[in-house]
Amino acid sequence: MSAGLILDGLLAVILIWLAWAALSSRDLFRAIVLFIAFGLVLSMAWARLGAPDVALAEAAIGAGLTGALLLATWGRLRRRRSSKEQSQARPPDGGDNAD
Amino acid sequence: MNGLTVFALTGVGLLVIGLWALVLRAHLIRKVLALNVMGSGVFLVLVGAGAAPDPVPQAMVITGIVVTVSATALALALVLRIDTATGKPTLPEDRERDLMDEHWQ
Amino acid sequence: MQTERDPCEPGVVLRGMLAVLLACVACGLCWLLWSAPLAPGLGDAVRAASAQSGIANPVTAVLLDFRGYDTLLEIAVMTSTLVGVWALGPAPKLHERPPSPVLLGLDSALIPFAAVICGYLLWVGATRAGGAFQAGSVLAATGVLFILSGRRPRLGLPDAPMRWGVVLGLATFLVVALAVMGDGRQFLEYPPGSTKTLILVIEAAATVSIAVILAGLFIGGRPDREP
Repeated sequence: MSAGLILDGLLAVILIWLAWAALSSRDLFRAIVLFIAFGLVLSMAWARLGAPDVALAEAAIGAGLTGALLLATWGRLRRRRSSKEQSQARPPDGGDNAD
Repeated sequence: MNGLTVFALTGVGLLVIGLWALVLRAHLIRKVLALNVMGSGVFLVLVGAGAAPDPVPQAMVITGIVVTVSATALALALVLRIDTATGKPTLPEDRERDLMDEHWQ
Repeated sequence: MQTERDPCEPGVVLRGMLAVLLACVACGLCWLLWSAPLAPGLGDAVRAASAQSGIANPVTAVLLDFRGYDTLLEIAVMTSTLVGVWALGPAPKLHERPPSPVLLGLDSALIPFAAVICGYLLWVGATRAGGAFQAGSVLAATGVLFILSGRRPRLGLPDAPMRWGVVLGLATFLVVALAVMGDGRQFLEYPPGSTKTLILVIEAAATVSIAVILAGLFIGGRPDREP
């Protein structure tokens, strides 16, 4: 039971737990943040596997850029939702809705 | 010596978790998250099932990561278009389903 | 929270069937991993051939020399993905909130630093961990920071420089791949002496392209001032 095996097992448990938490979270923002954390821990797993190039790529592209894309899409969806609710809540009047 | 290492098992677990969530979640962004998790699981199996660091699967995984981010970006752009066109970020058959976070905080 | 499940939500039976099927898939994959003997792997073959290619980092050698065709196709996939995102509509507007001063201060520190890191990763990819994709993604992060802090880069969003940046990587790769065919060699078969130089040229162009494409994917649509 070497230290390396214990570390690998710990990383494996953390990866599975983060993936499950991200995919079953009720709050989408929390899910996306947990997914970014999953990507970073996965980068550590690549480093443990002797794949430093893959670790760099995963941290920058897999966790960083995918996380930025997901958050940007989440924000755009939310903005669309809130502006739609605002325009529905406003009583329909003739001309002068400032937006 | 076989391919049953810790990380290869983790990869199989991630694949199964991702597929479960892909089928059962209605929100399209959650489906995209599930697909990414599945892809990461496959990459872990590819690289983790060997004994010594092997550069060919590592190169394949780097290629896979880049292609995954491109596909994710295109998928997210499609999600935004679907939301603009139909009012909900779901597939047509999932319109009445619980998105799990209807009330945006 | 509903006390009984909505009729169109998948019920317990369907979830149970899905769980059983997924358990079978997992068991099957684990059995496959357990029973199939491990192939010796291609590490030794790559290391033996690395001397011929002049690249000490085996992953870079595989990516750009031995399996250069896959990388060429991958850059083509990225380019066509950006075209697809551009085809879906104009870029969504940025939020009008002014960026926080922390972000602006961090910008002036991070962006020049990131440019240096990008150059270093590109150069060191021949011998140690690094390479075009890693360098390009760091540069793309610079672009994302630019966009998030509300500054439009002066030559970023208008058509021509961005389009040239997008096409540069694929075009350079194709030109090199076809140009080496001069002496009766195959497509992408580098001449023995100049392998390292050609790979560096391809990687440099690919870094620029990858950065522009990834930043363009983050923008999420056609940049403004389209004809």
